[in-house]
Amino acid sequence: MPPGMLLLDFIRYHQHLTGTKIGCNEGDCGACTVLIGSLQEGRLRYRSFTSCLTPLGNAHGKHVVTIEGINGEGLNPIQQAMYDESATQCGFCTPGFVMSLAGFCLGQQPPTVQNAITAVDGNICRCTGYKSIERAAARVARLLQQRDGEPPAVFAAEQQLLPAYFAGIQERLLALQLSMNGEFEPADDVTAHYMGGGTDVYVQKPEEMKQKAIRFLFDQSLLNGIVEEDGRCVLGPAVTVTDLQESPVMRSYFPRLDKYIRLVSSTPIRNMATIGGNFINASPIGDFTIFFLALDAMLVFNSGRELPLRQLYKGYKQLNRAPGEYLTKIWFRLPTAQSRFNFEKVSKRTNLDIASVNTAIHLQLAGNVITAALLAAGGVAPVPMLLQKTAAYITGKPVTEKLVHETIAMAQTEITPISDARGAAEYKRLLLGQLVKAHFITLFPQLQVAAVLNNYA
Amino acid sequence: MKNVDARTHLRGESVYLDDMPLLNGTLFGAAFGSPVAHGHINSLDLTDAAQMPGVVRIFTSKDITGENQIGGIIPDEPLFAEQETHFCGMPVAFVVATSTEAARAAVKKIKLDISPLPVITDPREAQAQGQLIIPPRSFRLGDTNAAWNQCTHIVTGTADTNGQEHLYIETQGAYVIPQENNALRIYSSTQGPTAVQRAVSKALGLPMHMLEVEVTRLGGGFGGKEDQANTWAALCALAAHHLKKPVKYALHRMEDMAMTGKRHPYSSDFKIGLDAEGRILAYEVTFYQNAGAAADLSPAVLERTLFHCTNSYFIPNVMATAYSCRTHLPPNTAFRGFGGPQGMFVIEAAIAKAAGVMGVPAAVIQQKNLHHTGDEFPYGQRAQSEAHACWERADDLYDAPAIRRSINAFNKTNQLYKKGMAFMPVCFGISFTKTLMNQARALVHVYTDGSVSVTTGAVEMGQGVNTKILQVAAQVFSIPPEQVRIQPTSTWRIANTSPSAASATTDLNGKATLMACTAIAERLKEVAAAGLQVNAADITLRDGYVYVQGDRTNWDWKKLLMEAYTKRVSLSEHAHYATPEIHFDAAKEKGHPFAYHVYGTAIVEVTVDCLRGTYVIDAVKVVHDFGASMNPAIDIGQIEGGIVQGIGWMTMEEVIYDADGRLRSNALSTYKVPDIYAVPKDIEIAFLETQQDNLAIFRSKAVGEPPLMYGIGAWFALRNAIYAFNPHASIPFTAPMTPEKVLMALYSKTMTGTPSPHEQTVTHLAVDK
Repeated sequence: MPPGMLLLDFIRYHQHLTGTKIGCNEGDCGACTVLIGSLQEGRLRYRSFTSCLTPLGNAHGKHVVTIEGINGEGLNPIQQAMYDESATQCGFCTPGFVMSLAGFCLGQQPPTVQNAITAVDGNICRCTGYKSIERAAARVARLLQQRDGEPPAVFAAEQQLLPAYFAGIQERLLALQLSMNGEFEPADDVTAHYMGGGTDVYVQKPEEMKQKAIRFLFDQSLLNGIVEEDGRCVLGPAVTVTDLQESPVMRSYFPRLDKYIRLVSSTPIRNMATIGGNFINASPIGDFTIFFLALDAMLVFNSGRELPLRQLYKGYKQLNRAPGEYLTKIWFRLPTAQSRFNFEKVSKRTNLDIASVNTAIHLQLAGNVITAALLAAGGVAPVPMLLQKTAAYITGKPVTEKLVHETIAMAQTEITPISDARGAAEYKRLLLGQLVKAHFITLFPQLQVAAVLNNYA
Repeated sequence: MKNVDARTHLRGESVYLDDMPLLNGTLFGAAFGSPVAHGHINSLDLTDAAQMPGVVRIFTSKDITGENQIGGIIPDEPLFAEQETHFCGMPVAFVVATSTEAARAAVKKIKLDISPLPVITDPREAQAQGQLIIPPRSFRLGDTNAAWNQCTHIVTGTADTNGQEHLYIETQGAYVIPQENNALRIYSSTQGPTAVQRAVSKALGLPMHMLEVEVTRLGGGFGGKEDQANTWAALCALAAHHLKKPVKYALHRMEDMAMTGKRHPYSSDFKIGLDAEGRILAYEVTFYQNAGAAADLSPAVLERTLFHCTNSYFIPNVMATAYSCRTHLPPNTAFRGFGGPQGMFVIEAAIAKAAGVMGVPAAVIQQKNLHHTGDEFPYGQRAQSEAHACWERADDLYDAPAIRRSINAFNKTNQLYKKGMAFMPVCFGISFTKTLMNQARALVHVYTDGSVSVTTGAVEMGQGVNTKILQVAAQVFSIPPEQVRIQPTSTWRIANTSPSAASATTDLNGKATLMACTAIAERLKEVAAAGLQVNAADITLRDGYVYVQGDRTNWDWKKLLMEAYTKRVSLSEHAHYATPEIHFDAAKEKGHPFAYHVYGTAIVEVTVDCLRGTYVIDAVKVVHDFGASMNPAIDIGQIEGGIVQGIGWMTMEEVIYDADGRLRSNALSTYKVPDIYAVPKDIEIAFLETQQDNLAIFRSKAVGEPPLMYGIGAWFALRNAIYAFNPHASIPFTAPMTPEKVLMALYSKTMTGTPSPHEQTVTHLAVDK
């Protein structure tokens, strides 16, 4: 099998396991959701993936679980919860929902109703209106209330939520990993396509990827991990959005991280998409590109070259990167007590949608005076951009309602939005201004809301 | 009773078209759709494509053995473009190869030399140029011209609704297997097996009895597979017929979105007149329906717009005119509500605007004008009304005055967020408006082991029709549901079916099943009467036993069947049901087209983030007229699903074509339907159970389409929330109300002068001008 082949095609057309459905081929509907179990520092961890965007290479040496793999006699308790709540109508999306809920049962997060619903936030249902699914998710959360520090897979097997074989998977994966020793480090090949999670490249050119030589970066241990070092945060570029969200370092320095991340894609995509991939993909509206631009992140390539993220983009999808270069490290200075950071995003649908405009701000303060500023914005130019003139203008000035309006006026001179399916240019201009107001209102509760809202101050 | 398919759905064992095990030698198709919406084809070069690995043959109009025509109502839709293309995505060629990948790769190598011709995307422009699918139609009641001078308030305006992508999660497709003597077995993901049979028959020139169309279930339909499954079935059938090999085509999502029609966008003009007390005296409305490039079901959709143009209101003087306008978009088609929602949006807009002029809440005018039993619809039928009952119960049960007070209090104290509410009453007629389609058949076999097999023309697509039909059979025979099986729909078992549409499928096929089962039961009672030497009238079948005058005998269900079989009494029945009482005279535009109406009232509450322009739907609280629900679990599911789909249409779902007729919202990344976070935080549904008889199966009223229109309330609730922030906001009546429109409205200034009504139409149809 070519390593670039889609896991979904392998499951359906080679293994003839047809419970995993094809809905959209771009990770937006979740009908193809599977679970992927792997060992992380010796511990078994399952995460949900959309198999339509997963190359076989990213599933290599792991436990791939499809709906067929969680069926027992009759209905398992997860399926029974859906049954009792009449949470299936046409049934086409149903296996995806069941798998996402199974992923919730195998995950580490506390078994709250909200977390159960988050687990299915990447699944689209066109029939039910979701209320019955919400009720089913609440029942599933209750199934886990007795879990008390036990490994989730063991608990799920013991309680017969899932088949008994789950209890032995950790051992089997360990044995498999030993027998496959060395296979995870393919040779360097400058003509190869370097790939992280594949969540964008498989939307853009799935056929092409199937044939390509691919160098898989997703599982390389050297490219993973998030650590704090001397006031800096150092990330492996293969860190996923979920890794970022779960990182104690990130959580402590960015108290509103959960709120930001809820606006970014869906659970399975967050499990797959890497931060490095987000940068290299060069989308003008990459959510984490905007986030890290405002942190003035620094990139390190395998060649040893260091480059500030803000210098990566030369034009629309044009990168300052040599052939064969790939990211090995990302670092940024952690916020201090004098820092203020905020991220905002608006899209047609609040969740799992591409931004109309996104923006992040990072200010250093001395009292009420801005001593340094970074303001990043996406969806307003061919590249994700730092609004440098605006940042320079506000540096040295005290935070006032008037300054908010001046910031917006200055930002308008730097941006060049276009009209497209995500909004008219005029809307994006207005929206960026509104999100700048949102930054200030969020970060400076002392500001008079009425005066900030007023457009004609 | 739960959906009979629930267990296999939940285990991933339900078989959809793309899940069927393939026969050896199966080939795979991919259509080449026109890249130009309107153009003259100079030449089509298939040379490179034909040489691609795996390609078996490429079909074009030249290969058609019958007629190059798949139009249903009007024969105006070629299967393949010949000289001209009429919409982007119109099939020009069909590649058949040994794998789907090979077929798709070859499609990319097809070269089309085409000279573009002028493209129309706007229905008003099409109407101005005389591009109409059918002559305009008008419904009239009273005399609007005479009524205007009695009006204290006269308000005019325009209202536009955009299309809606069906987004059934299972894409369209077909799998065709050649049989002996040129017969074909056609597996199709269709709501209309007979429509597929007719289309293939015409295109291939084969009689219908050679074509078996079989459907087990669909992964969603919503109207999108009523007429538009024909193309893929015809393409595969043509290839299978020529190649004598099985041919399958399951569309890629982007092919499906680009090549198929959607809910019809409408642009409309209204004029409404009220007296000083807010009674509506006159209403004139003109609808411009964007039909797309071919008729498809547009004339029928147009008709239903006229039927529902006054929603739940009695208006004594009505003049409603509708134009079905031919444009260069893919032919638009049925979508849950079928033109009704488009008509209702306009009357609600008219009322909202009038309320603004009069300085009263829209609800005051809405409630005052709800129709009563005996009031006449513009098409002549008299209402058997539950409009007041639903409204008043909703008002009382959910304490609407308290909701209004709490919203006002919230809005007084919050600057960044504003709340809004709206009432949305709904009245929806049940029956196909084309009277002849209101017929159905059922074939019931009782086997000697006690099991029962039922086949009807109904197609299961998640709406639960099979479950309800199973309930009918189990109830008549009084046996456990496990003993009844609903078989896949097949044109060889049940002929001349109407599509599963118009919310009427359960009524029609359920009644036919009731008739068939009752006929068998009556024969069985005769057998029992003879055997037990009692009167047949004294016999009942209950809980698997024969009862005589209420006493259980030792004849159980199996013994009864063996007796009947031994006595050579038929255990099978084929019954035909035709809805009584309905008629319509299209020349006068008057009649009694509907078996009954379904009523309901929703109260919708929203919160707008006035900083960002985003919003949440807080609650949808409904009182719905069920008659007497035969399956509350399924019916609640239909209502919740319908509400969310309606809210999607009114809020985030934005179909965007550019001025060249190319679909820009062509994938799930650019066309957003509600996800689990986007749905109302709270949906409450109360049953209005009514006692009077109706023509529904077991008096359980149809529930498929009506709830979609509750979603319209979300648009008006958002409008009210925007006004709470900016009383001078300019909010054109254009749906959907995307966050973009909300933000632009929140910070708009009142427009001066009269904006060109035309402008509004163009902005949502063509972004990248």
